[in-house]
Formats: sequence, C-alpha cells, structure tokens
Amino acid sequence: MTAAAPGRYDPWADALRAAALLAIDPDGLKGAIVRSLPGPARDAWLAALRAILRADAPMRRAPAHIDDERLLGGLDLAATLAAGRPVASRGLLRESDGGVVVLAMAERCTSATGARIAMALDAGEVSGRDDRHAACFMLIALEEGVEPDERAPDVLAERMAFALDLDGGRVSSTAMPTAAEIAAARVDLSRMKAADDRIIESICTAAGAFGVGSARAAMFTLRAARAAAALAGRGVVEDEDLALAARLVLAPRARFAPPDQAPESAPPPEESADDSTPADRAEATAAADRVVDAVQSALPAEFLAQFLEARSERRVEARSRGAGAAAKSARRGRPLGARPGTLRTGERLDLVATLRAAAPWQPLRRREVATSSAALVLVRRGDFRIRRFVQRLESTIIVVVDASGSAALQRLAEAKGAVETLLADAYVTRARVALIAFRDAGAEMLLPPTRSLSRAKRALAELPGGGTTPLATAIDTASLLAQSERAKGRTPLIVFLTDGRGNVGRDGVTGRAQAEADALVSARAVRAANLAAVFIDTSPRMRPGADALAAEMGAAYAPLPFVEAGAVASVVRAHAPARR
Amino acid sequence: MRAVFPFSAIVGQDNMKRALLIAAVDPGIGGVMVFGDRGTGKSTAVRALAALLPQMRATKGCVYHCDPDADAGACTEDCPSRSIKGAVKTELLPTPVVDLPLGATEDRVVGALDLEQALTRGEKRFEPGLLAKAHRGFLYIDEVNLLEDHLVDLLLDVAASGENVVEREGLSVRHPARFVLIGSGNPEEGELRPQLLDRFGLSVDVKTPSVLADRVAVVRQRDAFDRDPKGFVAAWTKKDAAVRANIEKARASRGDVALPDEAVERASALCMKIGSDGLRGELTLIRAARAYAALEGAEAVTNAHLRAVAIPALQHRLRRNPLDDVGSAPRIERALAEMFDA
Repeated sequence: MTAAAPGRYDPWADALRAAALLAIDPDGLKGAIVRSLPGPARDAWLAALRAILRADAPMRRAPAHIDDERLLGGLDLAATLAAGRPVASRGLLRESDGGVVVLAMAERCTSATGARIAMALDAGEVSGRDDRHAACFMLIALEEGVEPDERAPDVLAERMAFALDLDGGRVSSTAMPTAAEIAAARVDLSRMKAADDRIIESICTAAGAFGVGSARAAMFTLRAARAAAALAGRGVVEDEDLALAARLVLAPRARFAPPDQAPESAPPPEESADDSTPADRAEATAAADRVVDAVQSALPAEFLAQFLEARSERRVEARSRGAGAAAKSARRGRPLGARPGTLRTGERLDLVATLRAAAPWQPLRRREVATSSAALVLVRRGDFRIRRFVQRLESTIIVVVDASGSAALQRLAEAKGAVETLLADAYVTRARVALIAFRDAGAEMLLPPTRSLSRAKRALAELPGGGTTPLATAIDTASLLAQSERAKGRTPLIVFLTDGRGNVGRDGVTGRAQAEADALVSARAVRAANLAAVFIDTSPRMRPGADALAAEMGAAYAPLPFVEAGAVASVVRAHAPARR
Repeated sequence: MRAVFPFSAIVGQDNMKRALLIAAVDPGIGGVMVFGDRGTGKSTAVRALAALLPQMRATKGCVYHCDPDADAGACTEDCPSRSIKGAVKTELLPTPVVDLPLGATEDRVVGALDLEQALTRGEKRFEPGLLAKAHRGFLYIDEVNLLEDHLVDLLLDVAASGENVVEREGLSVRHPARFVLIGSGNPEEGELRPQLLDRFGLSVDVKTPSVLADRVAVVRQRDAFDRDPKGFVAAWTKKDAAVRANIEKARASRGDVALPDEAVERASALCMKIGSDGLRGELTLIRAARAYAALEGAEAVTNAHLRAVAIPALQHRLRRNPLDDVGSAPRIERALAEMFDA
C-alpha cells in the first residue's frame, strides 16, 4: 500500500500539507474542498491555514445561498434609495482579492452560484457594471454533506486542486511551517525552473491510470508538486513531492483504480515519437508507478472495489437531477426566485421582489400622478413578481415481465429492449426504470429503479426464463415497490407484460383457479392504493381474463400480441405520468 | 487584463479549432456547440479565440457598437448614426466575446431599466444587457445544457432574428443583436434540447487526448504559460497573427469562393443518404465548406472541404437511436467513405 509514501498514510498530516501548499501557490492551486462536519478538525484546519497566510489577506465567509449582488457587487438598492444617489456595493469576491473565500455548506450551493464563482476563479477578476475588477482569491468550499451525493457543484470541484476529507482522520499535533517559511517558499517557487518532461509524463501516466482525464488535474498535480518542493527547500521536484501532490490531487478525482500489481496492465504504453532512450523510458515508467502507488495509498481500501463505480454513478445522477429533472411550479416546491407575471389564481406574489421592481419608478410615477396621491408606494401591474418553485417531478416506471412459459425468452428480451429504450430517453421523460421478472417460485427484482442505461445493460445481460406463473406475487411485489417509490416523492407507473394467466397462487401452490383468484385480489390492492398501471397483454389471442384483471387493477389495457421493444416503450410513454 | 492563452498554442483539438475559425469567418453559420468532458480546453479555446479575433469598426458612441455599414440607420434611436448627418465617426474595437454565466437573470441577459438613472434622476433609461454586449461578436455559454429553459428560449429567439426586443417595465426597446452562439457542455450531465441543438451550426466533440505525448504537451504548454504569461504570449504572437490574418483574408474572399453545382449536389446527396432532418443541414454544410475553403485559400469548394466539415455540420441533426452506442459521427463517416471513395 505505501510503497512510495514515507511512513503510513496520515490524512490529517496531508490535509495540513495541502494548506501549506495552498498558501504557497494560491493562484495555481485555487483552493480546496474540505469535507467534514462542523467540528474541531475543520476549525483547526482553517486556523492552520489562516496562520500561514499573509497577515493582511482577507478571509471572507460566503453562505451557499449568497445572492449575485453580494457576490459580484452591484447597486446597493437599500443604500441607494436612502442616499438618493447610486451606492455601489463591492461584492464579496472583490473584497476577497488576494485572500480566501470560505464557501460554507458548499453542497447546498446551486450550480448557478457555482458557475459565477468558477468564472471569477478562472479569470481572476469579476466584471462589474462597467469594468473589470481584480478578484484573485483562494476558494475553500466546506462540504457538510452526510450523503455521498451531497457535494459541492462539479463546476467548482473541477477548479480546485484539493479535496480533503477531515472526517475520520485523527487530529494530531503536526508541525506546520511558519508564515515566514511559507513566504520564503513562495519566493523559491517563483525562481524554480520548468519541470522536465519526465515529471510531466509520470503525472499524465498516473492520471490516465486512474481515469482522470482533465488537463486541470494534471496541472494541479504539477503545481502542487512544485510547491511541495519549494517548501522542502529543493530546487527540483523529487519523487516525494510528486507522491504528495498525486495523493492530494489525483486520489480524490480517481474514477477507477488501475489493475493491481500488474506492470503490463498499467496504462497502455503509448508509443510516442520521442527520442528518449530505453533507460529514460524505464525511469519515467518507474516514476509513474511510484506516483500510482502514492495515489493508491491514499485511497480507502473499499474504494478500490465497487464503491467507486457506485459513487461516480450517483454523482452523475445527482448532477442531472439538479439540472433537468426539476419542474417549475407556481405553487409547491423549493423557492426559485421571482419572475415578472400577472396575478392569476394560484400564483403567489413575491412581495419583496415586487417592491424592488416598483422602487426605482417612484419618482417618475409621483410626477405622473396627482401629487395628492395618498399611496406610499405606487405599484403598477408590471411590477408584479410571481414566485416560482422547483418541484421534483420524477417518475419511476416499473416493468413487470412474465418470465414463465415458452415465450419467456423472447418476451424478456423485448422487455429488456423496452427498458433500455425508456432509459435512453430518461432525460425527456425524467423517469427511472425498474424491472421485475416473475417465474416459478416468485418475483425477482432484476433492476432496481435506476436512471443509468449502462447499469441496466449490465444488470440485464442475463435473464433466466421458463416455468410456472406466480402472477399474484408479481403484482404484490410491483405494488410494494411502487408504494415505496411514491414515498420517496416519485410518481410510479407499473407496466405489466404478461398474458395474465397465473397458475401459481400466492402461497406457491400450483393451480389455476386459486392463482387467478389471488391475482384478482392483488389487482384490487393496486387499484386501492391508487397506483397507475398499464397492462400489456402478450397472449397471441385476446382472451377475456386479462382485460378483466386489468380493469380490476384500474390499469390501462393494451393488447400487444407481438411483443416488440419499441411498441412496448411507446405504450408506456403514452401512459407515463405527465411531465410538467 | 490578464494574459490569455494563445490560440495557436493549444495542443490538438483540431476539430474544435477549425469549427471556431469557420464561425469566425462566417458568423452566419449559426454558432458552435462543443461537447466534451471538463478540462479538455473548451473554455481556453473560446477565450483564446476572443483574444485573436480581428478588431472591428464600430460607430463611435453607440452603446451597441453597431456596424457603420450594415447597421446604419437600423440601430436604436440613441445611436449617433441616426442623429448625425453626414459621415459618422467610427472607432476600432476588439470583437466582443461575452460570457453568459449559468443562472444569469433575464434582466442581465436582455437588459433592463437602468436602476441608477431611475433612482437618482428619475429618468427612464434602458441599460443594455449581455445580448447587446455580444452584438457582432460571440456569446459563450459554458454548460449550456444546464441553462434554464426560459433563457434558452430567449436566446434562440434572439439568435434567430438577430434582434433583441425588450418589452418590459414600461420599456420598449429593440436593438440589433447578431452574435455567434458558442455553447459548451458535457452530455453526461444532461442532454441539450433538440431544438437548441439544431440552432447551432456546427457541433464538435472534444475528448481528452488519448496519447500520452499529447497530454504531456498540453501540460507543458500550460505550465510554460502559467510561469511566464507575457513571455509565452509574446513567443506565440507571430503564429496568432498569422491565424488572424488568415481569418481576415478568408472573410474577404469567402464570397469569391466558387461553389460548383457538383459540390451542391454532393452535399444534398450526402444529407439524403444519412437522413438529416430539414434543410438546415445542407445549408450549413455548404456555408461551412465555403468558409473552410476560404480559410484554406482555395478558389472553389471541393470534396475535401465538404468532407472536412460534414461531421461537425451534420452530426447533431440526425435522428439518433439512443441505444446505438456508436454516435452519429461514424454513420456520417461511413456515408462519406461510400460517396467519395467509390
């Protein structure tokens, strides 16, 4: 595990080193995500960082819900009204020029706010009303999320060198460099020569081995390594510096772990047309291996297993949720600011925004109307601001497929195709899809509700078929899942793909009469729970039993003798919960 | 002003660079959409292009920096070109490249009542927004796929009409707003609405370089730039100037590039073969091929030009089977190979 890292991997010590590197090269490293619950560890880290910054460097705290005016500056409305002349506010980013912005509860920060901060981070300036102002700052994003998907916006995470996790690490008294030493290192850093290609090459190789494609990550690694060398008083980057930088920059970004202990499976040695000798190459490869080892030492053990994949999947979902799957509603949900509008039934007036809109017009309007008007504020219809809300309107489509009997394999294959088709346009339908197959002993959830096409493809690679038909159990299972989805705030839709001829009762005993009676009872429960359902009858000839069952569960009935993925998907789309 | 990474120093990403240059030569192409992961140089390329673009002649004193030749008389009432008789004074301005940040308010984008004037002097004045700033230049939207729907609609409307109409807060203003829309985004984080996608003239995919040497080169260049921005920019000034001169030359000669009937037929045949929706694909293909030919200094559009721009001009206009793991590009590639290699 710790082939190259000196001693055991100590997250706290590394976090402090990260603080030192940030203080040395704030322009190049941009900042860090600090993932931790509020507590002594985080306070200690921030205090350590503060202690080594320039004494006059401002350190401003920004709440995640900060508004644009406060963030970027603008016209201070209240002060302007009071003073009767324009009063500009400078904005927090400008005020933090040359210092630190601490973004509290970064996981609550919207991607819009994130994008503003990111723009300023990139440009080192903010554009005001007329001109640009320097705003060169280091960003410390405090993440307090408990759930793995409660994270700072990606647009910010990408632009900061480090991501530190202070939870679980032990706070120990690690010697920190003094502010004077940091200042000296800063000077050394500016004098340092360009890194030689071997170092850049080993960084790029290691980044590739962990699936980190971004050029920013490689740049951060290089700059962190160089800052580490400057701190150690070295004129050139050594392996040790490289290992530290890779642990801090690459490990948190790793998407997968390189295959273990297999030199030939390490990143494919791309043939580049360079003129380095074999010895050179061997040395570069060895250096890259040491960097890879360093990163691996910083990864939690379980991370190397399935954890990582799950995380990246979750992250993608979390992002897309923030992006598209929220519908704007006038009445319910999370507030989303106000827009001009008219007062209709059901709309809610945003009083403050309306007054703000009316405020600048007061002098004009007073001149227009009789001066005797008693109204304190002259509000016109155009001033009305209507509140908007974001509401989650996600749906879950539960496909229940009959895997019994002779036609099972074909039906399963088409059901699988339908699931994939539905997932493929999940963006439009804002839907999750689950798949339940039933045969012989019971119903099995082959695919838990997901929005990931790749996950579905993996889960559905192999489907068993044939046997008896436990229809009642299948209906029960689907109904349970649908209700649990509803409890999570999603709108479920159950899609049955069967000929409706159960031959196994709920107790598992074969027998058509009992089975059909049980199925009817289960069907009634579906209707009682007010669950939306579609019943796709796959029997070659129409038969009265199936549509009766569909009617009993209040499902839409669609006979589809020749099951075909596209047709199934379009039936489902037709019955899918309203999108907006 | 911070130094900007030089356009010609960008390693690889030739598709993206070519598409941006084509849009710079012929703004009528309708913008460029760049799809790709983070950290692949999308923002860098756009900002570099901004620094590279030739200056433009604008009416002096006009808030919309209108074109004295094209916009004269058509600009807003405040524009000096309306009030001054005779020759209008002009000035040279850098081509604007405006960043539209995610979550920008509608006010900020289309413009709104000038609060300062209204509050202090009680005057009703229009304060132009980002669309006005971007007139005759570029409007860059990073993560355009995450943009709010109502803003997207608004942008579509303005981009199509070339005019921003503001009817709000008692203001009634219309001003020219012709700009090249440049969007970038990561498709994994949300798809782009097909209507918006179709408005983009060209669409390119950028990927992380898969060859180690390229990656190393990217980092090396960037590192050299970070260490000494001024020196680095100076070292590339000559190459950037050559690119700029080429853009200017191509802008001038674009109209003179011959368009043989044969090339038009080929373009139509290609669009039919791959089944692209609507005629926009063909029109863009031809325009892009022409602009590219002009950039290459050619006198007529040839198969090679068509071929070079076919994928960016068409790949986002195909009906895609979402289950098809291969994208649209290979389909076009196949069709191209069948048509041109046969």
